[in-house]
Amino acid sequence: MSKFKKKKDGGLAPINTASLPDIVFMLLFFFMVATEMRLDTLMIKNTLPNADQIEKLEKKNPVSFIFIGKPSSGYEKYGTEARIQLNDKFAEVKDIASFINEERALLREELIPFLTVALKVDKEANMGIVGDVKQELRKVNALKINYMVAPGDVSNNLK
Amino acid sequence: MAKRAAPEVNAGSMADIAFLLLIFFLVTTTIPKNSGINRKLPPMEESDEDVIIKQKNIFTILINGKDQLLVEDELMELKNLRKAATEFLDNGGDGSCNYCQGGKDPASSDNPDKAIISLKNDRETSYAVYIAVQNEIVAAYNVLRNRRALQVGSQKGFPGMDFIKMQENYKDVRWTGNKEKLKEVIDQIKLEIPQKFSEVIE
Repeated sequence: MSKFKKKKDGGLAPINTASLPDIVFMLLFFFMVATEMRLDTLMIKNTLPNADQIEKLEKKNPVSFIFIGKPSSGYEKYGTEARIQLNDKFAEVKDIASFINEERALLREELIPFLTVALKVDKEANMGIVGDVKQELRKVNALKINYMVAPGDVSNNLK
Repeated sequence: MAKRAAPEVNAGSMADIAFLLLIFFLVTTTIPKNSGINRKLPPMEESDEDVIIKQKNIFTILINGKDQLLVEDELMELKNLRKAATEFLDNGGDGSCNYCQGGKDPASSDNPDKAIISLKNDRETSYAVYIAVQNEIVAAYNVLRNRRALQVGSQKGFPGMDFIKMQENYKDVRWTGNKEKLKEVIDQIKLEIPQKFSEVIE
């Protein structure tokens, strides 16, 4: 019996947590460096389709985002059809032109021709609205576009 | 007064503070994954001149509202599209293209410079299928460009590098090689196998 008692006496040495802040700070710095601030709060469903022949969007050129998708839960009053989201609010097709002009006004003049419009379109959206947006972009001469996709196999798109 | 040692700062809450910051950054930031398919829209100006293109030089793809593909008037599965498009581009019907390895079918395209892929979609077509088709078309061009890059690259001093790799290296700052020469090769391949791709917009 005395054997057991002896063990209990020793007890567990307290774990030294002095290096815990260091570890957490390391994680913190990793996330600060590797991520960027969320710019837009999405009010729509935005699951991108898959593709494998992709190019990286070049950082040195200015990029404007247009989101298209069904209103997500909490925004059902905006309907069940795919809608356009510009910055933080829902928009109509006719708002695209003024949005692009606003974006251009923020840029230095020499960068304006390099403005790329990145279309983040939900995979469940129809081409009708995307076609309308493309037509509107042609009207304001914003011709460089990029269909944002998630890396993956295209056969996932057919499900 | 006796000398007193400076009191030790209690660092026990340091971990809590760091965790707080960490969680804040986890919640408010996203990992950027900006990749996609680059495309250029045609300018708006209307030209009155009708460009006459031979029917055999056009590869038509129609996607209907039920996401079915009609390629050159035949129903096709998506997985066969890449091969069909590659064969069309690689045909080299008029014999002017010495790097083509196609069947030289007189009823198909003359050479990669003249071959045009035309895509038409319905309003009801789903975006996912549209992207899949776009992806397959880009893939078809890349197949040919990669093959050509391996041929040209070995002559110009970039052996074992396909077109994708060439473009990657050209953009990569850390790559130590002759970038001007690489640019020439890339431009040559782009000229030999141009992406001539048109979309019908109503």
